[in-house]
Amino acid sequence: MIEKEKAAEQTISNINQEARDGYEQHFKVISPGRMVAKRFFKSKLSIAGLYMIIFVFLFSFVGPLIVDVTWGYEELEVFKIERIDDMVSTADFKGPDGKIYTYYDKSQTLVYFKAPPSAEHWLGTDTSGFDILTRLMYGGRISLTISFIVIFLETIIGVILGGLAGYFGKWVDQLIMRIVDILACLPGLPILLVLSATIKSIDTIPAEHRIYYMMAFLTLMGWTGVTRIVRGQILMLREQEYMLAAETTGISPMHKIFRHLVPNTMPQLIVSATLGLGGVILYESTLSYLGLGVPFPRAAWGSMIALADPSKGQEILAYYPNMWVPAGILIVVTVLGFSFIGDGLRDAFDPRMKR
Amino acid sequence: MENAYVNNNNNDDILIVRNLKKYYPLSKISIGKKRSYVKAVDDVSFSIKRGTTMGLVGESGCGKTTVGRTILRLHDVTDGQVIFDGMDLAKIPPRKLRRLRPQMQMIFQDPYSSLSPRLPIGEIIGEAVKEHKIVPRSEYRSYILKVMHDCGLQPHYYYRYPHEFSGGQRQRISIARAVALKPKFIICDEPLSALDVSIQAQIINLMKDLQEQYGYTYLFISHDLSVVEYLSDTIGVMYLGSMVEMGEKKQIFDNPMHPYTKALLSAIPVSDPDVKMNRIILKGDIPSPVNPPSGCKFRTRCPYATKVCAEVAPKLKEYESGHKVACHLYSQD
Amino acid sequence: MGLLDKWRQIKQAEAEQGIDHTMYLTLKEERRISRENNRIIRQFEREKNRKNVPEEEYLTKMRDPNNVVEFENLHTYFFTDVGTVKSVNGVTFDIPQGKVVGVVGESGCGKSVTSLSLMQLVQAPQGQIVSGSIRYQDRNGKCYEITKMPRDKMLKVRGKEIAMIFQEPMTSLNPVFKIGEQMDEVVLLHEEDATPKMARERSLEMLNLVGIADPQKVYNNYPHELSGGMRQRVMIAMALSCTPRLIIADEPTTALDVTIQAQILELLRDVKNKINGSIMLITHDLGVIAEMADYVVVMYAGRIIEKGTVREIFHNPKHPYTIGLMRSKPSGKTKDNRLYSIKGQVPNPINMPNHCYFFNRCDRAIEICAEEYPEMVQFTDTHSAACHLCRNGGLMDTNSTKEQR
Ligand SMILES: Nc1ncnc2c1ncn2[C@@H]1O[C@H](COP(=O)(O)OP(=O)(O)OP(=O)(O)O)[C@@H](O)[C@H]1O
Ligand SMILES: Nc1ncnc2c1ncn2[C@@H]1O[C@H](COP(=O)(O)OP(=O)(O)O)[C@@H](O)[C@H]1O
Ligand code: SF4
Ligand code: SF4
Ligand SMILES: [Mg+2]
Ligand SMILES: [Mg+2]
Repeated sequence: MIEKEKAAEQTISNINQEARDGYEQHFKVISPGRMVAKRFFKSKLSIAGLYMIIFVFLFSFVGPLIVDVTWGYEELEVFKIERIDDMVSTADFKGPDGKIYTYYDKSQTLVYFKAPPSAEHWLGTDTSGFDILTRLMYGGRISLTISFIVIFLETIIGVILGGLAGYFGKWVDQLIMRIVDILACLPGLPILLVLSATIKSIDTIPAEHRIYYMMAFLTLMGWTGVTRIVRGQILMLREQEYMLAAETTGISPMHKIFRHLVPNTMPQLIVSATLGLGGVILYESTLSYLGLGVPFPRAAWGSMIALADPSKGQEILAYYPNMWVPAGILIVVTVLGFSFIGDGLRDAFDPRMKR
Repeated sequence: MENAYVNNNNNDDILIVRNLKKYYPLSKISIGKKRSYVKAVDDVSFSIKRGTTMGLVGESGCGKTTVGRTILRLHDVTDGQVIFDGMDLAKIPPRKLRRLRPQMQMIFQDPYSSLSPRLPIGEIIGEAVKEHKIVPRSEYRSYILKVMHDCGLQPHYYYRYPHEFSGGQRQRISIARAVALKPKFIICDEPLSALDVSIQAQIINLMKDLQEQYGYTYLFISHDLSVVEYLSDTIGVMYLGSMVEMGEKKQIFDNPMHPYTKALLSAIPVSDPDVKMNRIILKGDIPSPVNPPSGCKFRTRCPYATKVCAEVAPKLKEYESGHKVACHLYSQD
Repeated sequence: MGLLDKWRQIKQAEAEQGIDHTMYLTLKEERRISRENNRIIRQFEREKNRKNVPEEEYLTKMRDPNNVVEFENLHTYFFTDVGTVKSVNGVTFDIPQGKVVGVVGESGCGKSVTSLSLMQLVQAPQGQIVSGSIRYQDRNGKCYEITKMPRDKMLKVRGKEIAMIFQEPMTSLNPVFKIGEQMDEVVLLHEEDATPKMARERSLEMLNLVGIADPQKVYNNYPHELSGGMRQRVMIAMALSCTPRLIIADEPTTALDVTIQAQILELLRDVKNKINGSIMLITHDLGVIAEMADYVVVMYAGRIIEKGTVREIFHNPKHPYTIGLMRSKPSGKTKDNRLYSIKGQVPNPINMPNHCYFFNRCDRAIEICAEEYPEMVQFTDTHSAACHLCRNGGLMDTNSTKEQR
């Protein structure tokens, strides 16, 4: 028994010796993932971007919960806050002498809405008596959710089509890339406007569903960019020797595309998706601003800014910045945040940045 | 698939290459001019016997890699025949070809770009084994570990990624990937040129051991004549897309006939400060394969060039049994 | 599954012995390294950035006036994110006037860093000469301590007194300028009273010297229009244009074909005789060394393990690594079926042990090898090696190693 143990010990120590003097590296390195993280965090801008996005996320997804717990209300709670407001009414009329006269009257009335910032309502209430801060939170939820879904769909479509185009080339490439060209040269915003207006006018589509159609359109407009990136990358990677090696081992084309090629386009995809998030948020806000996005009474940053639309009177634009400035700031912060992170990631993934 | 089988009365040869040509079209075409081609391989014929090693030497750009890749049909041939194990590869449709692939494998020059960076080692080696069902599913893992062991790789490398390894280890992984498919024939395209001297010796030994154990046939491409001399049974010397001399190792090294082979052999640096080589220094550079010199392609650098060399391309002729040379210095009829 | 079980056993055994196989640094280790690097680098950079250093501070005396360059106990480290890479870790050798010194070793053993240290071209800030000295004697007999020399003074030495030829000439030629322009620039930069016409004449003369058949044409070519061998010739011509006292050739023929390599080596030999300069020839090819060098320095993991004249090294090698290196190259004489090979792999000079660096690959290791780093043992005036087996006047005989295998 003891002999057996001894023999086993001997083998182990032999193998051990082999392992040590054999092919073992005896120093430690930084894993590639951490290398990327290290380069990412070296840039002040990417850290700023990260903080901005974290803030927006907490604000939009945790904020409503806090509001609900502390004050016990949600997005559509209407507050009637009584306050005396100066009301000025003016009117122009033509006098008998042909001159223009202005009628001017100043009176004091009781208003319930458009409350100024106060301890209970930090940013006041809007024209319908909703709490602005709370609505900003819910608006952020919608914007972020939409943009993530859209980018996710875009990326999936882009990877599949770009992968096929890049790998098979020839007519597959021609077909896919011509579709891409056509879609990419369509002016995005006007088409979205027309489409949204059309959907709005079709009565059979309930207002709540409009948002899904909008997401579908955004995806349709956006996948072309991803497809181009993936195709370009794959054309480059296809020339690598490991692809020749994969060819000689005779594995199937699907394996080659989705196990060897696509994973290697990941860095570019992550960067383009991050940069794309900001773009989708801008699109979504624009549509909401034009009243084509999320329907009232649901909140969206774009429609909150639209309250200040000067064509409906200068009053809110001039006297109630608390209603629209915060929404604008949030949009800027989010879009900038995603851009900073995207740029930071691009530099971090790029091996030329390695010192 | 019957028509892919050629009547091959000499069953000793695992690979027969007949008049292989591979022209790459030049991408820049000016209007009105005839499309020009890089004649990377221009009429090359040879055959390899089962279980032996053929060395293919020549300077960079002379078409060695292209020969290897067209044999495997990684590129389509322009003209000529590649007969592997009695099958004409050009006549096999792609789907069938994929199933034949495991029988012919390749080891690449650059150990850094020849491994997929995002797959673990076990997966790189085993992927095609799984796909071609080389071994039953139940034995898969132990089979891969055995192959790794054969190639001098530790079992715990199974889950590691290529970037964690040095050049020599990566070349071992590359060899393991080829060997795992139980091939009959392996093309080694300068597998040593990116490695250190001490690691080169390890890989040479590994390749030799594997050949002894499993009886592989190698086509060993290299520009290092001393390694080729050590590993090969027969040797082919290429210059600018053509085979200029071919024969048994002994014939080539003891009795080089072609002026280029002579120069090549004399250019090997000798590891002995007291041996002063009588060196033949060739003048000039290799001409571009887009418009090679007329007649004998070597004539621009050949010390013995005569008028006939510029006019008539010398044919590859057999002078001793198996020793073929293409040069006007020897009788051409 | 047998092998996998075996592996588990190994892991367990290792854990008991405290051997750590994990590949990656933890975040904590990484931070610590980073902090330490920053501190050290700042200290060295401050020293380097001093202004108006008086000449006395970097004037020195050669040990032997026949030498052009003397390295003494040179240490050049890289303070990298994964730890301190001791690329050159105590290197001592001389380059005598008019001789060729060959430096051999496998990749990563510090050959290039040694030469870059001499040129003050080590990649700052992470690369620093930590200690030791490099003495250089110019043609007037003045001796400089290169490690202490200010940067602006060094500019005058670089290119003019010491020239460098690299492995890949394409990366050291500027692709957007013609060959002639680049060559003229070197002359104009280093010769005080040179006119453009003189520079042109000198460039053409040099192109002619390196055996370029049509210097006028090459003078007007762009680098990409030339072949690899031609580019290397141009590099050599450029290096020669200021008649340097020392040419550093870092793997000048590695990227070239055998027949072109023969041309270039022939040229280098020729040129050396013409200008009566010294050459520091860095290569991993023992054949090239045997042909070109007068003295040989064998490096391993940042240290010199053996040095001597070319005959001593090739006919009577002492260190097991040198012997192994020579025998692992196949040659016509290799009779036995298996090639001799050194097991294991070239170490990366991080966390080097305090015993012989070659220990884990050496098949002649004795007990003391695992305990301390061997001292250099002197065999003749020129020949020395660092191995415990050599301590009693070179006990080791080469033949017994052969029998072992
Ligand atoms: N800029 C750098 N930063 C960090 N480490 C470096 C740097 N340059 C070199 N090193 C390290 O220094 C060591 C010696 O490198 P060096 O270039 O001198 O090797 P070498 O002997 O010239 O090898 P080769 O034959 O590959 O040219 C290596 O481990 C290398 O990784
Ligand atoms: N895909 C390609 N397209 C165009 N020319 C090529 C291609 N591959 C190789 N060549 C050309 O063919 C010639 C032979 O190349 P190659 O077979 O790689 O040479 P070797 O392996 O002997 O160094 C070279 O001139 C090279 O430029
Ligand atoms: S055919 Fe003429 S040019 Fe060609 S190798 Fe023979 S002698 Fe030289
Ligand atoms: S000191 Fe020991 S381990 Fe090092 S080379 Fe000499 S014998 Fe080998
Ligand atoms: Mg090649
Ligand atoms: Mg180097």
